[in-house]
Amino acid sequence: MSDSTATASGAVAEAHHEHPPYQRHHFESVDQQFDATNFAMWLFLLTEIMFFGGLFTAYLIMRNWYYPAFVEASHQLNIGWGTANTGVLIVSSFTMAMGVWSAEMRKKGMLILFLSLTWILGMAFLGIKSIEYHEKWVKHHVPGLHWSDSSFLNPASDPEVYKEYHDKPLAPDMAEKTGMYFFLYFAMTGMHALHMIIGISLLTFMIFRARQGAYTTGHVTYVENFGLYWHFVDIVWIFLFPLLYLISRY
Amino acid sequence: MSEHNQHAQHKEQGEHDQEHHIVSPVIYGSILLALLIFTGLTVWMSFIDLGEWHIAAGLTLFWNPVVALAIACTKMTLVVLFFMHVKYTTKLTKLTVASGFFVFIVLIGMTMTDYFTRAWGRW
Repeated sequence: MSDSTATASGAVAEAHHEHPPYQRHHFESVDQQFDATNFAMWLFLLTEIMFFGGLFTAYLIMRNWYYPAFVEASHQLNIGWGTANTGVLIVSSFTMAMGVWSAEMRKKGMLILFLSLTWILGMAFLGIKSIEYHEKWVKHHVPGLHWSDSSFLNPASDPEVYKEYHDKPLAPDMAEKTGMYFFLYFAMTGMHALHMIIGISLLTFMIFRARQGAYTTGHVTYVENFGLYWHFVDIVWIFLFPLLYLISRY
Repeated sequence: MSEHNQHAQHKEQGEHDQEHHIVSPVIYGSILLALLIFTGLTVWMSFIDLGEWHIAAGLTLFWNPVVALAIACTKMTLVVLFFMHVKYTTKLTKLTVASGFFVFIVLIGMTMTDYFTRAWGRW
């Protein structure tokens, strides 16, 4: 909103305080309120980007130092599950975007439908993730808790992965460094999963509120800003997927 | 009453000035399709050896991670512009998002130039 408009409307707004109940008094208009909260949400997301940035930087340095360990450790990840989860998360971003559209169009039924679909897809993502985590546990690939580097000292001992990639045995000092890969794998996907859990919790609350008609009376700020959060979590995964799963697969 | 009309009129103009842009489901659908295609592409490319570039003795650039990251950046741009509505938002938000990413790149870039050049010439 330009300054001239704000000045011109000042007198009118002073004399007349009619505005929707969801507009705070200190905002000139609903649009201004929307833009201000939208801007604030982006500032929060930028701190999130910096936060994940630390993990990504650690990953890049370690990958550069211990590349052979990262290649063989990465071959342990199931590319099918990883691709499926990428698809699930992208579709959930789409359903979330459609949720925002439903709120903007004031379609309550559609909003509940799309929020619920997003919720289900988020849970599907976590379900697939837990299948993968379980596999890591069974294979002793959880550094610090349930760990053995025998799959890397002797790759042939793991026939399922060996027949695909024919990895050569790593020297003991390099095999040890696969632990660093798995540490980063759990730290990064774990932090991402935590964000998913927070997102799903908020979605549960929002579905409940949407049923009461909270977001379909023109007040779309909450849904819009939650959407930004959800898409941000999707973007983090868009980078985690190639970095963790797609190292030297040929 | 006249005040009320004036207010309503102003409100209309105000909304017209700075309309809350509603992105159509057609655009959301096209972006979804593009994102899924790029996901398929990045998986497919990862199974192909794209070779490497020997920049100097001991300094090699592998093309596979470069392509994977380029595809990831493209996907991110689509999500940010359309799903996150940055294409339709205020100049302030656009500038904030752009400068945020810029600082992020500077932080990672400077850290990497440090780590990757510590043994420069000694390999």
